[in-house]
Amino acid sequence: MKSVSAKALLDWVDDLIRKRRVMGAQARDDRFTWGPLARAADLRLDYDVTLLPPKVFLQPPREKLLEFSRAGGYTSCVEAEPFVLLGVHPYDLAAIRQMDEVFSQDHADARYLKRREAATIVAVDVQAVSANTFAGHMGASHVETGYDILLTRIGDGYVAELATKKGEAIAGALASAADADAAAQEARREVWAQNAQRLKKHELKAAPADWPGLLRKGYEHSVWEEKAKLCFSCGSCTLTCPTCYCFDAREDVGWSLARGTRVRIWDSCMLADFAKVAGGHNFRKNKADRYRHRYYRKGQYIPEKIGGQIACVGCGRCITACVARIANPVEVFNRLAEAR
Amino acid sequence: MAKKKTSAGGTDIYLPEMATVVRSAPMTELDRFLEFRLDSGRELGHRPGQFVELSVLGVGEAPISISSSPTQAGSFQMVARQVGNVTRALHALAAGEKVGIRGPFGTEFQVDGAMKGKDLLFICGGIGLAPVRSAINYVMDRRADYGKVTILFGARTPAERLFTEETRRWAAAPGVTYQETVDRGDEGWTGNVGVITTLMPRLAVDPGRTVAVICGPPVMYKFVLLELRKLKISDANVYVSLERHMKCGVGKCGHCQVNGIYVCQKGPVFRYSDVAEVREAI
Repeated sequence: MKSVSAKALLDWVDDLIRKRRVMGAQARDDRFTWGPLARAADLRLDYDVTLLPPKVFLQPPREKLLEFSRAGGYTSCVEAEPFVLLGVHPYDLAAIRQMDEVFSQDHADARYLKRREAATIVAVDVQAVSANTFAGHMGASHVETGYDILLTRIGDGYVAELATKKGEAIAGALASAADADAAAQEARREVWAQNAQRLKKHELKAAPADWPGLLRKGYEHSVWEEKAKLCFSCGSCTLTCPTCYCFDAREDVGWSLARGTRVRIWDSCMLADFAKVAGGHNFRKNKADRYRHRYYRKGQYIPEKIGGQIACVGCGRCITACVARIANPVEVFNRLAEAR
Repeated sequence: MAKKKTSAGGTDIYLPEMATVVRSAPMTELDRFLEFRLDSGRELGHRPGQFVELSVLGVGEAPISISSSPTQAGSFQMVARQVGNVTRALHALAAGEKVGIRGPFGTEFQVDGAMKGKDLLFICGGIGLAPVRSAINYVMDRRADYGKVTILFGARTPAERLFTEETRRWAAAPGVTYQETVDRGDEGWTGNVGVITTLMPRLAVDPGRTVAVICGPPVMYKFVLLELRKLKISDANVYVSLERHMKCGVGKCGHCQVNGIYVCQKGPVFRYSDVAEVREAI
């Protein structure tokens, strides 16, 4: 583990930008987004939460799957240029690790996995707490694996843990920085302990481990209908969710009609037509059925696929994004935990 | 990150391989019979009940059941009902034209498992006959391996019946009972009129040695299952093929989910006793 000054860290970032494609968290008005980083001064390691999670780089909102032509049939497209993801918060990293599992199991998704391989992830411990986070309840306020480098703000500087070969490959000047002393290491543990408490802006009364059980007996609970009544079926909660990954595929045909592409785009189980089949039958035509499905995916269906991990990391983005104010998982699971 | 072996040696699970239409013929106003051969020359290698993702160049991709039996080598067949962009485009394809194929995907009717040696009861509504035909012809080609075969087929009108020549052959085969009904008859129709369940009370089945297979429109299952209960056939001896939009076919896109179950992986064929408590299933 290394200790660096804030200035030295910025110098390292500027150096990195000269050598690599770097995506970083940046300010846009009073909020934060991910994008290509032009200079270290634009990087905001003190952001609270980004509008969209870093899944935008691993499963892009729109991605070319295939090219086709009348004459030549279909050919695969894989877009996976090496890049550095700079400033990933622990809860988003927890989500990425879940997506790694989802996309590698059974039929492995080569496009996701190649991009994942192409990504070097520099995580940063949370400095500013966002308004709706409950990552502290979800065990995702800090992580101890999964990153290539982890940065933690300690006083005026940072400690940097170079955790993997990929991390060392981009370490540059960080590698020769002074080793972090025992006090700095202790300070990092203290940051983790504090963040576990600070990242609790909503009070969860149902332990995540109890979510599958609550759902098993909560299928007919009145909360689904009550909340869904106000739902606009807009899909904002799923689009901003770091563990949502459902998609659609569409044909994009050139005007010669002789060639085109098949693209994969984000989809959402909250949209009205998601479970519709050809012929018009909709297997989840009621808003309450769709609303409930989303929470079952978070608390039961995806956990069953990925060894019990709850598919909610407490980032709180859905809470912020939902204009109807019905998307707070804490409220839903607290309700399920109450006596009816 | 998790290191797992990729399927098929890391090949692209979303890349179709090319196939050629070798036969295309109208069946009903909405349905068209299509036969394909893979351009690589390899067999599709499917099992009865499985489906493929079929691409029409420039239009898109749709999941379609395979209707031919794997006992018929060299090509494979489908019935395309004109209900969406892809099937509409499929209807316009002539012999010699190209399509893309991914698959086969999904689970099979248990023709070499639970159904072997048993009396079989096939209950098909409308285009539900298409996937079940794969199992029926498999059984016909290995007739000695199975007991009595009963096939019930329901269509909306006489003109919407499928595979009318083939069903006549089935009806004439030894040890096979074939019955059909239509929701609405016409001037020339002298056969049964009524929904498919009206054929069931008269059935003589030995519930102890019968395996039933159901495939049809979503509304049909509940009523057929009730009649099967009356015939004392246990839920464990009933197989259902469930329709959903299996968009990716590989358990990722989410569209086909029935509660926590990806139909493209755990289905489309389910043992009814395995899904009887799954609320979104039927």
